[in-house]
Amino acid sequence: MSDTPTIELVDIYKSFGSTRVLEGVGLPLFRGEVHSLMGENGAGKSTLVKIMAGLHLPDKGAVRIGGQQVLFRSTAQAQQAGVSVIYQEPTLFRDLSVAENVFMHRQPKTSYGWIDYAEMNRVVSEHLRQLGVSLRPEDPVLGLSIADQQIVEIIKALTFDAKVLIMDEPTAALSLEEVKRLFQVVERLRAKGVAIMFVSHRLEEVFAISQRITVMRDGRVVGSGPMKEWTTEEVIRKMVGRSLEALYPKEKVEPGKVVLRVRGLRRAGVFRDISFEVRQGEIVGLAGLVGAGRSEVARAIFGIDPLDNGEVFIGERTLAKHTPQAAMAAGIGLVPEDRQQQGLVMEMAVVRNATLTVLHNVQRLGLVSKEKEREIAARWTQRMQLKGHIDEPANILSGGNQQKVVLAKWLATQPKLLIVDEPTRGVDVGAKSEVHRTLSQLAKDGLAIIMISSDLPEIMGMADRVLVMHEGKLTAELSRSEATEEAIMYAATGQVSSQGERKSKLPVTDNHDKGI
Amino acid sequence: MESRMSENQSNTRRLARRVSWETLLAFLVLIAIAGGTFLNKDFLTAENWSNLLANFVEIALMALPLSLIVITSEIDLSVASMLGLSSSLLGLLWEYKLAMPLGIVICLLVGALCGTLNGFLIVRFRLPSLAVTIGTLALFRGFAYILLGDKAVADFPPEYAEFGIGNILYTFLPWPFLLFIVLALIFWVLLHHTTVGRSIYAIGGNQTAARFSGINIDRLKMLLFIASGIISALAGIVFTFRFSSSRADNGTGFELSAIAAVFLGGVTVQGGKGTITGVVLSLLLIGIINNVLTLADVASEVLRIVTGSLLIISILLPNLIASTHERLRLIQRQREIAKLGTASVTK
Amino acid sequence: MTKESKNTVDSHGWVSTLFRRRETSLVLLIAVLTGLTDALNPRFLSPQSLKDLMLNVSIIALLVLGQTVIILMRQIDLSISSIVGITAFLSGDLFVSHPGIPGIGVVLIAVLAGFLLGTVNAALIAWGKIPALITTLGTLYIFRGANYAWVHGRQINATNVPGSFLAIGTSTFAGVPILTWIVLVLLILFSIGLRQYRAGREYYAIGSNPNAAILAGINVSRRVATGFILSGAIAGLAGALWLARFGTVDATAAEGIELTVITSTVVGGVAITGGVGTVFGAVLGALLLSVFSSTLVFLRVPSFWQQAFQGAMLLVAIAADAYLAYRYALRSRVRWSHV
Repeated sequence: MSDTPTIELVDIYKSFGSTRVLEGVGLPLFRGEVHSLMGENGAGKSTLVKIMAGLHLPDKGAVRIGGQQVLFRSTAQAQQAGVSVIYQEPTLFRDLSVAENVFMHRQPKTSYGWIDYAEMNRVVSEHLRQLGVSLRPEDPVLGLSIADQQIVEIIKALTFDAKVLIMDEPTAALSLEEVKRLFQVVERLRAKGVAIMFVSHRLEEVFAISQRITVMRDGRVVGSGPMKEWTTEEVIRKMVGRSLEALYPKEKVEPGKVVLRVRGLRRAGVFRDISFEVRQGEIVGLAGLVGAGRSEVARAIFGIDPLDNGEVFIGERTLAKHTPQAAMAAGIGLVPEDRQQQGLVMEMAVVRNATLTVLHNVQRLGLVSKEKEREIAARWTQRMQLKGHIDEPANILSGGNQQKVVLAKWLATQPKLLIVDEPTRGVDVGAKSEVHRTLSQLAKDGLAIIMISSDLPEIMGMADRVLVMHEGKLTAELSRSEATEEAIMYAATGQVSSQGERKSKLPVTDNHDKGI
Repeated sequence: MESRMSENQSNTRRLARRVSWETLLAFLVLIAIAGGTFLNKDFLTAENWSNLLANFVEIALMALPLSLIVITSEIDLSVASMLGLSSSLLGLLWEYKLAMPLGIVICLLVGALCGTLNGFLIVRFRLPSLAVTIGTLALFRGFAYILLGDKAVADFPPEYAEFGIGNILYTFLPWPFLLFIVLALIFWVLLHHTTVGRSIYAIGGNQTAARFSGINIDRLKMLLFIASGIISALAGIVFTFRFSSSRADNGTGFELSAIAAVFLGGVTVQGGKGTITGVVLSLLLIGIINNVLTLADVASEVLRIVTGSLLIISILLPNLIASTHERLRLIQRQREIAKLGTASVTK
Repeated sequence: MTKESKNTVDSHGWVSTLFRRRETSLVLLIAVLTGLTDALNPRFLSPQSLKDLMLNVSIIALLVLGQTVIILMRQIDLSISSIVGITAFLSGDLFVSHPGIPGIGVVLIAVLAGFLLGTVNAALIAWGKIPALITTLGTLYIFRGANYAWVHGRQINATNVPGSFLAIGTSTFAGVPILTWIVLVLLILFSIGLRQYRAGREYYAIGSNPNAAILAGINVSRRVATGFILSGAIAGLAGALWLARFGTVDATAAEGIELTVITSTVVGGVAITGGVGTVFGAVLGALLLSVFSSTLVFLRVPSFWQQAFQGAMLLVAIAADAYLAYRYALRSRVRWSHV
C-alpha cells in the first residue's frame, strides 16, 4: 500500500444555516482498503459523503486526490476524478430501463455514433449475472423494489471503473443474502486496488469487511485506525462517547391505564401484523434497522398514510377515521423523523411554527390574536428551554433548538400519546439530554410515549419496554432489563432464534490482515 | 445542489429583509404617478383616474384569490376563461328573459362549480394544477363559445350598466372599484389575520410539515379554487355590465395580467411568501403604466408586451441578484483554495 | 429476492404491452372514429378530405415534435403560437420587401428567427431560473404584442407570395402533401434523435428525475436550454409553412394553437410529469385531435364546440396518465415481498 491516500479529506468544516455539521474532519482512503465510517445518526457521515461526491462545497478545508488539491463543484467533476458514490436512497430514472440508468450520460456508442443498446445490455446483464440477480437490463426501474434499485446503483458504480467507491449505508434495505453478494463484489474491487469507503450502522458488517475504521460523533472524528486496534465495544463506546446513565435520565414510573392499543395493523408491502399497547407514563421504544417500517407504522397510526387493515384504539374508543385531524382530536401527537422536511416550516417564525398544531386556540372572535399566539408559543418553547427568539424564523436555529420547537408544537396540543421519531437525530449533546429530560418528565406526568430511534443506547436508556421491528414485522418485545444491545440487534436483523451466540453469516475475508 | 439552491434562496431572503418589496412597489407607484403627470396633462384628472381604476377592476378581483392560491404553491390559469364563461352565461340568461338578480346568482354558482372542478381534479386526483388549469382554460372558454357562439348580447338594463360605468356619488371612484376594495379588505383579513391565512402560508412554506401538523390541506385548497371560481365569475359580471356586452371571448388573456400582478406583488414562485398589500400595489402599478401608455395611444395588444415583461422581470430580478451573490461566494472560495494549495506546497 | 425479481419480470411484459397499448389504442381510436364518421358520411374518406386532413394536421404535428421534447423534460412552452405568428408574417414580409428571394432562403430566415426567439426563452428559463410556465406565458404575450406592433394592421395576401412557395402548402408528392412529407421526415429524425443519441436520452432523464440527472453529471440547464431553442426553431419552420399553407397572414396568425399542440402531445402519451412518451405517439395524438375535429365538422356539430372538447381531452389524458402512475407507485411501494 502506498503512503499517499487515493483521496483525502483535510480539516473539513461545513454548516447549514447555523447548524454546524462538520468540524475539522480529516479522513484518508487508501487504495485496496475498505475504510468503514461509523457514527450515530446525525454524526455528519452523510454530509461528508456529499462533499466527496461534489454535492456540497465545504466551508473550509480541502479535498486531495493523489495529493493534489481539488475542488468539486459538481458531481460530474467528482466522477471524472474517479469518485463514485452509492447513496442511501437510490436516485434513479424510474421511467428508463435498468441499463439506461446505469449508463446515462456515458452510453457506449456504435461506430456510426448511435447509442449501442446491445453493448449496454450486455455489460449490465454481465454484472447482474455476477451479482446473481435475476433482473433484466431492459426492465424499467419503475416497480422495482428498493433492494433491486440499490442493485442498479451498485452496478452503476461498478461500471465507472472508479478509483474511489463510497457506499452510504448500501445495505440498509438489503437482505442477508444480498449483503453477502454485495460483499463479494466489494472484495473483488478492493483486490483490484479501489479505495472504498463503507458507511454503515451494522457493526457485524463493518467488522466483516473493513481494514480500517473511523468513528465520528457530533461532526468530529473521535477515533480512527486499522481494524486490529478496534473491538466492538470500543466502537460503540466511541460512537456513544459517554456513560448511559448520565445521558438518559428516565425516571421510574408505574404505568397507568392503556392509552393506545393497535391491533393487526397492515400496510401492504410495508408492514403487517403490528399489535401492541402503550400505557400512561410509559415510554415504549421502537427499534429496528433503517427501513424496517418503524416510521411507517407511526405515520399510519397518526393517519398520514392509509392502513390496509387493523384497528387503532385510543383508550376504549376506536379511531374511526384515519386522518391526522382525527388522530389529533383523539389526543395523538407525532414528532416526525425529519424535522426540516416534516416538522417545521423553515422560513416561518418560531411563534407561528409552534402554534401551527393549535390554530383553533389562537383565535379571538374568529381572528388570530397575536397575544394568544405568543403566549402559547412562549409557554411551550420555554418548557423546552428553547434558546432563541420566537420571532425569528426556524431556519436560523441550531438542530437541537429546531427539534425543541417541533416538540413544543406537539406539547401545545396537550396529547395523551406522543410518538417521537428519532427525537435526537443530529442534535448536539446538550440539547439531547434536555430532550431526554423533558420526555422523561412528561412520562412522569402521565403521557404515553412511543420513541422510535436508531440510536440503541438512547432506546436502552429511555424505554421501559422495547419493541423491535424487522422487515415490516414485530420480531421482539423486550422489557427494560432484557433490552441489551445484542438482544435488540438480533431481533432487528431477524435472527431472533439464536441465543446470545453470535454466528456471523457474512464472509470474513481471508486476506483481511494483509490489507492493513 | 439542494443546499446550493437553499443558499440561493437565503440570499434572496437576506436581500428581501433589507428592502421590503412593498416599499419598493410603493416607491415605483409614486414614480409612475409622477411620470404620468409629467408625460400627459390628462393623467391627473378625476375622469382619467375613474377610468384607470375601472379598467383594472376585473383583473384586480381575480388576482385576490389567485394570490392565495399561488402562496400555497399552486396556480389557476383558468381565471380569464371562467370570466368569459360567466359573462356569456349572463348574456344568454338575459336573452332568455331571466330576472337579472337570478341570472347573477346562477353565474356565481357556475363559477363555484368551475372552481370545484379545478379543485377536485387537483386535490382528489393529485394532478398538477398547472396542467389541470391549462385544460380548464380551454374547457371553460369552450363552454362560453358553446353558449354564445360568435353572438353578442348587448341590451342590458340601464341600471346595471350604470353600475358598470358610473361613479360613486360625488367621487371619481367607480362602483366596481368599491367592490374590489371590500373584497381586498376581506382577503387581507383572511390572509393576515385568520387561522386560514396561517395555514395558507404553512402549506406554501412546507406542505409536508403542514400535513404533519394536522392542517386539512385538501379542503383548504379546494376552497381556494372555489373562491377563485366565484370571484372570476363576479369579475365576468362586472365586465359584462361595464361594457354592456356579453361575448364568448370576453377577457381573453386576462390571466396574464392577473398572474403578473400576483408575482410582481411579491408572491414567490416557490410559494409561502407574499402579501395582499404587495399585490394591491402591483395592481395599481400595472394599472398606471397601462393607463399612461393608453393615453399615449399605444394599442392594447402592444400593452401586453409591458405586462409580460413585468411578469418576467419580477422573478428574474431577485433571481439574478441571488445568483450574483452565489457566484461571488464561489470565486472567493476558489481563491481560498488556491491559497491553501500554495501553502501546502511550500510546506 | 427471487420472488420479487420474478414479479418484475412479469410486470415487464405487462409494462411493455401497456406502453405499446398507448400507441395502439391511439391508432385504434383513430380508426374507429374514421370508420364511424365514414359510415355516417361517406365523403369523409374521399381523397380530397383525406388530403385536407393531412394538411390540417401537418403544422400542428410539426409543433408537437418540439413540444414533446419540452414536456419530456417536465417543462412547457406556451409561446410557440406567437413564434409561429411572428415568423409567418416575417416570411410573407420577406417576399414583399425582397421580391425574387428564394423560398429556401425565407424558410432558413424563419427558422433562424424562431431559433433566436427560442433562445430568449431558453436564457430566461435555464439561466434566469424562471419557471418555464411563467417565462413562456410572458413571452407568449410579449412576442404576440411585438408582432402586433410590427405588423401594425398590415396583411400578407396570397398574391404577395410566389406560387412556387405556396405549392409547398398545397401540392402533393406520391399522393401525400409535401407538408406531410416534411413532417414525416422530421418525425423520423426526432425519433432517432430521442432514441439513439445521448442528448435525446438526457431529455428523458431530466424529466424522469431532475436530481438524478444532476448526479449523473448531466448539465441540466444547458440541456433544458437546447430544448427550448429547438422548440423555437421548429416553431420558426412552422411559421414559414403556415404562410405556404394559408397564404394570408395578419397579426393574429396561429393565435391559440399552443393549446391544440399541448393537448395533442399529452393525449399522445407524453406525460405532463415528464420522462414518458415518444414523438410517434405525440404525432398520433395530433392526428387523433385532427380526425376528431373533422368528425365534428362532418357531424355538423357547431365549430364552437371544438375548444371545449379539446380542453376535456387534455383533462382526460392527464387524469389517465396520473392513474397509471399511481398504479405503478403502488407496486414500487413494496419493500418487503413477504409483507
